[in-house]
Amino acid sequence: MTEHYLRTPLSDEDTLRLRAGDWVYLSGVAYGARDVAHQRMAEALRRGEPLPIPLAGQVIYYVGPAPAKEGWPVGPAGPTTSGRMDPFTVPLLERGLKITIGKGTRSQEVKEALVRCRAAYLAAVGGAAALLARHIVRARPVAYGDLGTEAIWELEFSEFPAVVVNDAHGGDLYQSAPQAYARP
Amino acid sequence: MTVYRIRNTLRPVVPRTVSVRSVEQAVVRLLRDCVCRLPPDYLSALREAEVREASPLGRRVLRMLLDNAELADRAHVPTCQDTGIPVLFVEVGQDVHFVDGCLREALEAAVREAYRDLRKSVVRDPLLRENTGDNTPPVVHYEIVPGDRVRIATLVKGFGAEMTSAVRMLPATAGEPEVKRFVVDVVQRAGPNACPPLIVGVGLGSSFDGVALLAKKALLRPLGVPNPKPHLARLERELLEAINATGVGPQGLGGTCTALAVHVEAYPTHIAALPVAVNLNCSAPRRGEVVL
Repeated sequence: MTEHYLRTPLSDEDTLRLRAGDWVYLSGVAYGARDVAHQRMAEALRRGEPLPIPLAGQVIYYVGPAPAKEGWPVGPAGPTTSGRMDPFTVPLLERGLKITIGKGTRSQEVKEALVRCRAAYLAAVGGAAALLARHIVRARPVAYGDLGTEAIWELEFSEFPAVVVNDAHGGDLYQSAPQAYARP
Repeated sequence: MTVYRIRNTLRPVVPRTVSVRSVEQAVVRLLRDCVCRLPPDYLSALREAEVREASPLGRRVLRMLLDNAELADRAHVPTCQDTGIPVLFVEVGQDVHFVDGCLREALEAAVREAYRDLRKSVVRDPLLRENTGDNTPPVVHYEIVPGDRVRIATLVKGFGAEMTSAVRMLPATAGEPEVKRFVVDVVQRAGPNACPPLIVGVGLGSSFDGVALLAKKALLRPLGVPNPKPHLARLERELLEAINATGVGPQGLGGTCTALAVHVEAYPTHIAALPVAVNLNCSAPRRGEVVL
C-alpha cells in the first residue's frame, strides 16, 4: 500500500500522484462541512456572493463533530455519507477544491469532475470517530455558526488518515476492490 | 364512535410501584454507557474478523475500528460522533404502577441529560428542519408484558446505516430465494455508505409496520446467538455467507468480511404476503439494556 504525507494547501501535482487504494496522511488546515453548509454555499454561489472559506488547493471533510470533551480540541469526528453532498460538489471542485473526505459512493457527475479538476475523493473510516479526532489538533466554527454541529469548521489536521477512493485518473476503489473479492 | 361499557371484575391486586425518576436515572446511565462502550460480543466478532479478513486494506480498517473502540472506552468518549436519534424499547410488566410523574416525560428528560455532551442530531420537523437542540424526542416502542418488571433496551444508531435500510412487501409465494435476493441486494446497494462490517437485522412476516420493527429488534440480539428455530438459523447462516461473498468488505473497500452477523426475526403474516425488512447496523453498533 502506497502512502503519501501531504500538507495543505495542495497542488495539482499532489493530487495527480494519488491513486485509488493509496493511503494519505493529511496535515494542515482543512474545512469541515456537511449538508446545510453545502446548501448555503451553493446558494451563495448562485447569488454571486463570496464563499466564507477559500477553496483553491483546499480540503473539505464531511463531518459534524460531537462536542469536545475537556482536554480534547474536538469531539469524536468521523466521516458522514458523502453522497448527500454530491449535488453541491462540482462547483466547489471547479473553484479549486482539491480533496473531499467522507465515506460512501459519489455520483458519476462528481467522479467526472474529479478527473477534470485534478482532484481526489478520500474515505476516512466510518465508526472510528474517536481515533480520527486524535488527528485533529484544532477546531473552530468559522462560518454558519448558527448551525451548531453543522457549521463550517476550520480544522487543523495532523496526519489525518484516509484512503483514496476516486483519483484524478478515473480510478474507483469502491468499484474495483469489491470485484477482486467477490465470489460467485 | 361506539363506547362499550364493560363491567370491570376487579380483584384486589397490589401493584409494584416504580418511580419514573428511577427510570430516568437508569436510562441516562444506559445511554451514556452504550455510546462509549461497544458490546463485548461485537468486539470479539470484530477480532475474529480481523484474523479471517482476506484483504490487507480490510484488515487495517478492522484494526482501526478495534483501536477506536478501545480508545473510546478508555477515554469515555463516544465511539462515533453520530449518536443518532435514540430508539427505546420499553417493556412494562402489567403489574407495574408508575408514580412521580409521566413516563414519557421521564424518558425525554433522560435523553436530554444523556445527550448534554453528545451531538445534537435531531430536527423538530422533517421539512422545516430546525434542530431541537437537546436530541429529544427519542423514538419509543412500548410493550405490555406479564410480571412486575420494567425492561428498557436501546439502540443508538447512526443514520448512515439507517438510511440504507429497506422494506419490501413480497407476494406470498415469493419464498426464500426472493427473500435472500432482496436482503443481499440491500446490503450491496448500501455498500460503503452503511459503514460495514455490518450486523444485518432481517424481519419476516407481520404487517408493513410490524416487519420493520422486527428487523430493528433483530439488532438487539447479541452476536453468536442464532434464531432458536432451525430453519431460520439456517437462513441466517446462508444469508451471512451470501453477503460475505459480495466482496464489499470492511468500509466497502473490498474484502471478505462485509457482515459479522445476520439476525432474522419472524412473525405470523397474512395469506397474501411475505413482508421482508432489512435494518442495517454499522461498525459502531451501540446497544444496551437495563431492567428495573
